[in-house]
Amino acid sequence: MARMDFEVVVLAGGTSRKLNPLVSQEVPKALLPVANRPVLSYVLELLEASNLKDLIVVVEGEDAALRIGGWISGAYVDRLHVEVAAVPEGVGTAGALRAVASYLTANDVLIVSGDLVTDVPPGAVAATHRRHSAVVTALLCPAPVSGPSDTGTSGGKEKAKKPVRCNIVGLDPTRQYLLHMATGAEVEKDIRVQKSILRAVGQIEIRVDLMDAHMYAFKRSVLQDILDQKDKFHSIRQDILPYLIRTQLNSEVSDNGVIKSESGMDNISSQNDLRWLSQHREIAPSAFQEPHAFGLKSLPDARRTHKCCVYIANESKYCARLNSIQAYSDINRDVVGEASHLSGYSFSAQNNIIHPSAELGSKTTVGPQCMLAEGSKLGDKCSVKRSVIGRHCRIGSNVKIVNSIVMNHVTIEDGCSIQGSVVCSNVQLQERVVLKDCQVGAGYVVTTGSEHKSESLARK
Amino acid sequence: MDNRRPSRTVSDPKVRQVGFVTPGAAPPARYLSEVPTTAAASSPPSGEPAPPAISISPVMIPPPRHSPSPSAPLAVPNPARRESLQIQVGGYNPPEVLLGSPPLTSPSSRMDDTVSQFSEDPSMSPCDGRSGAAKVAPSFPGSSGEMMVMKAGTVGGGSNTPKSSWTTASVAKTRPGIQEKEREAFVGTQNDGAGASKTLKEKTTKAERRALQEAQRAAKAAAKESGAGVKLSAAPGGAVPANTKQGKVVKSPAQKKDGPQVANPSVSSEKKVVDRPPEKDRKKDIPPPRMQFDDIHRVEKAKRRALVYQFEAKNRVELFRHLPQYIHGTQFPDLETKFFQLDPMHPSVYKVGLQYLSGNISGGNARCIAMFLAFREAIRDYSTPPEKALVRDLTAKISSYVSFLIECRPLSISMGNAIRFLKNRIAKLPDTMPESEVKSSLQSDIDRFINEKIVIADKVIIRHAVTKIRDGDVLLTYGSPCVVEMLLVYAHEVGKQFRVVIVDSRPKLEGQALLHRLVAKGISCTYTHVNAISYIMHEVTRVFLGAASVLSNGTVYSRVGTACVAMVANAFQVPVLICCEAYKFHERVQLDSICSNELGDPDVISKVPGRKDLNHLDNWADTENLQLLNLTYDATPSDFVSMIITDYGMLPPSSVPVIVREYRRENLWI
Repeated sequence: MARMDFEVVVLAGGTSRKLNPLVSQEVPKALLPVANRPVLSYVLELLEASNLKDLIVVVEGEDAALRIGGWISGAYVDRLHVEVAAVPEGVGTAGALRAVASYLTANDVLIVSGDLVTDVPPGAVAATHRRHSAVVTALLCPAPVSGPSDTGTSGGKEKAKKPVRCNIVGLDPTRQYLLHMATGAEVEKDIRVQKSILRAVGQIEIRVDLMDAHMYAFKRSVLQDILDQKDKFHSIRQDILPYLIRTQLNSEVSDNGVIKSESGMDNISSQNDLRWLSQHREIAPSAFQEPHAFGLKSLPDARRTHKCCVYIANESKYCARLNSIQAYSDINRDVVGEASHLSGYSFSAQNNIIHPSAELGSKTTVGPQCMLAEGSKLGDKCSVKRSVIGRHCRIGSNVKIVNSIVMNHVTIEDGCSIQGSVVCSNVQLQERVVLKDCQVGAGYVVTTGSEHKSESLARK
Repeated sequence: MDNRRPSRTVSDPKVRQVGFVTPGAAPPARYLSEVPTTAAASSPPSGEPAPPAISISPVMIPPPRHSPSPSAPLAVPNPARRESLQIQVGGYNPPEVLLGSPPLTSPSSRMDDTVSQFSEDPSMSPCDGRSGAAKVAPSFPGSSGEMMVMKAGTVGGGSNTPKSSWTTASVAKTRPGIQEKEREAFVGTQNDGAGASKTLKEKTTKAERRALQEAQRAAKAAAKESGAGVKLSAAPGGAVPANTKQGKVVKSPAQKKDGPQVANPSVSSEKKVVDRPPEKDRKKDIPPPRMQFDDIHRVEKAKRRALVYQFEAKNRVELFRHLPQYIHGTQFPDLETKFFQLDPMHPSVYKVGLQYLSGNISGGNARCIAMFLAFREAIRDYSTPPEKALVRDLTAKISSYVSFLIECRPLSISMGNAIRFLKNRIAKLPDTMPESEVKSSLQSDIDRFINEKIVIADKVIIRHAVTKIRDGDVLLTYGSPCVVEMLLVYAHEVGKQFRVVIVDSRPKLEGQALLHRLVAKGISCTYTHVNAISYIMHEVTRVFLGAASVLSNGTVYSRVGTACVAMVANAFQVPVLICCEAYKFHERVQLDSICSNELGDPDVISKVPGRKDLNHLDNWADTENLQLLNLTYDATPSDFVSMIITDYGMLPPSSVPVIVREYRRENLWI
């Protein structure tokens, strides 16, 4: 039996257009290194810490699935029991779920996005879900403050205008029920709140400072029903969740679901038993507090409701999604900085991580909140501040690296200056290159003396 | 309005509860609309010497079975005699005593016979217990439920009391003279040898009475020992009920006094020590001693065992240190976090625990049903580990579930009773039964318990209670008791014309939800807070209240504030009807709401709903000299209760011990 009757599906999507040029055929999004660990490992270790060891990882694309599967089996060989399922590209999150839905058997399903970096315990979401017997429970966390404030000109003005991804969330006064959710393009439009929901609850709290963290607990039967019936649904966030929220007072799903689970509960399903169960349900609305039943609903109506709940993460918890380049550098900075407990490394007294096999030249300084992985060599008079440098990088003398991410096997020649940039694996930066707020795709060669600002450089 | 006001004001319940009361402070007259004479009768006649005699409890408990006196030698009756007696009286039967005017010529001898027959008969069958229960019923002639009618046949012509609804609650008080006589006779039997009857009759001081009690108890203990030989020779199964009965007998002095609830705590605690028999079954019946949370060592020990991390509560109220402190605020996130880490817990039990902790499920019935449904699922998924006995392992499992639930929220008394039922069922399982059969039988037991003791019981209560609602009534209820809600809805459905006053109180404001639902049903309602209770009580004609438990001294243990409502109603001569399922009854005697209670979240009382600007108490925990106390329950003395409506009919509060005894018996023997 699945633990606590929960099954876990990790959606480790394929490539992401927004993360170009960081992701590529060789590096699917899930394997993008965050503090020199694939981002997927953060989710897997979070789940492992919660004792959830039987996981299903769904990946878009056969190729990516092979790579991710290979990495998981290498890294978690006897720690986790992971099944990697490949789905064709472009089916969306709902499609990915549809592919694995038939394998699910437990009462509830926990769906986690593979690009989530958080320390919110999944148990809390699951517990909230259970407690309310909800159809869906979403994890909301305070929206991250976008962009590093200290780089000054960060991110360009276009990015600053549009905050990370902002959801508009409607909650009931007790902040337990999800009554409205606008995502994506809808955020820009006017807010339309359903009158019936407003009438039933009396008061809706509209929040814009919360972010949908893409960790959901679903009731399995309901999820399967929706996936079967609504074959046009493409994404959890944009189709399934809004659908469930919209219909929570006039449920088309929970009735079947309730009856199914109830009849499944009965070993001895004699007529007598069903009768008392129904009688019990008659008491239930008065006994179990349900804010939705507050309204003018009579009992049969109240039974046709289902609950969409939220778990709002504490302010002190770290929660971020790797869904943009900005977020990528933010997360990297945070994981070696303020959310350092997530990285799993132990920090030195200078509050940085320097692998013993890394070599530093004379007069080279590595500041706090930096990370230097194994086998990297730095020449003389280098300065590294608030940056992450990957494995086996060769860095010459007089190089300045500030607020940047340098992945593995990167060659940086003398006199380079890198600020606020992401340099992917196998990149060669020739002498006196100046990069500011740039992204350099894998295997790219930046020629001597060139200066780039806010550019995306990648091999054609 | 004025004529309804009592001639004597009700004195403070706290004051009245302590010790015996002088005749001047006799219990207040009840509201007896249909029997005008009772008003006079309820005040003590001038000639009566002792106040306790005024209102002897209708439940007369017979004297000890082995009279220590040599003049009444222990006669082991032959079976034939026993048989005949049984036919005659059918076990020791409270109803006749209850009726207040039994047609007895020589009560003492008759009772003696009854008693000896009863207690000497070790093979008292469960059916006897039931018949006893049945005989309780006809003693409430006002009741019109089908149960009553059906059972009325078992005792012929016992009822000569008026056929009114309200008098039933206090029939015993209408005939003080007869009761007095009868009581004397009782006392006579009881103390024949000891020669103490005179002392009792002309009782003077408390100390003397106390001494007498001690003497009786010592004699009883001796008698018990002497009787042990007799008992052991009998069938071992039969010994149990007889013994149980004896335990009750010991308690009788406390229960005889109705008006002033005299049973000082020291006496009752001593009693417990005395009458705890060595038998295993009996041990199971006695609730384990409650955890005293000011005992540091035991708290430490419990902490180590606990699955849920126990935090230190801040600013504890000194008087309530012995109670489990409310620590939900810190406990809850911790428990949520560990959702996947607690291995041995069944998911459904865990869910119920969370729901208790978060307050999603509250109310005695709802909690009990939720717990049992969770246990039912746990039993369904249960499989005996190899090399373990099912009975033992399953009991241990259930116990661990229960202790988890206790960590989430202290058990209610109703849940305690339900758990006891389940454990009893498990213990009684035959060893040879295959596992699948055991599981299905336990599941059906649980179903039956929920069905019979809660669902159908509620229906029966509603049928009884609806007879007490007349057109034009103004009914008051407090909080949101689910039985009362069902009653009001039902009464509305059958076309009664009435109005409802919902009295509510901070911080839970459960009444608002009730108000919503009742208004939605088209019932005309008035909503007010408990501070307006004395204002609103003028227009009220009936008070219907729910209860978390009814204790054997008739005390109603219920949501905090109930006592206040009941007291005001009593002061205004408005009848107070408690709707409570019989499975919530408990043999405990509780005189106050301090020794056993539950602490709620102290934070919630520092906030005023809808007034966010009132934040003066926001950081109250930092102020060392400030402690907030949020009690969950209170105890309503039985004086303020006119009637308790249960699934066994409508009873005066003084009849609760009968139900406890008979019902428990039945429960054990199903």
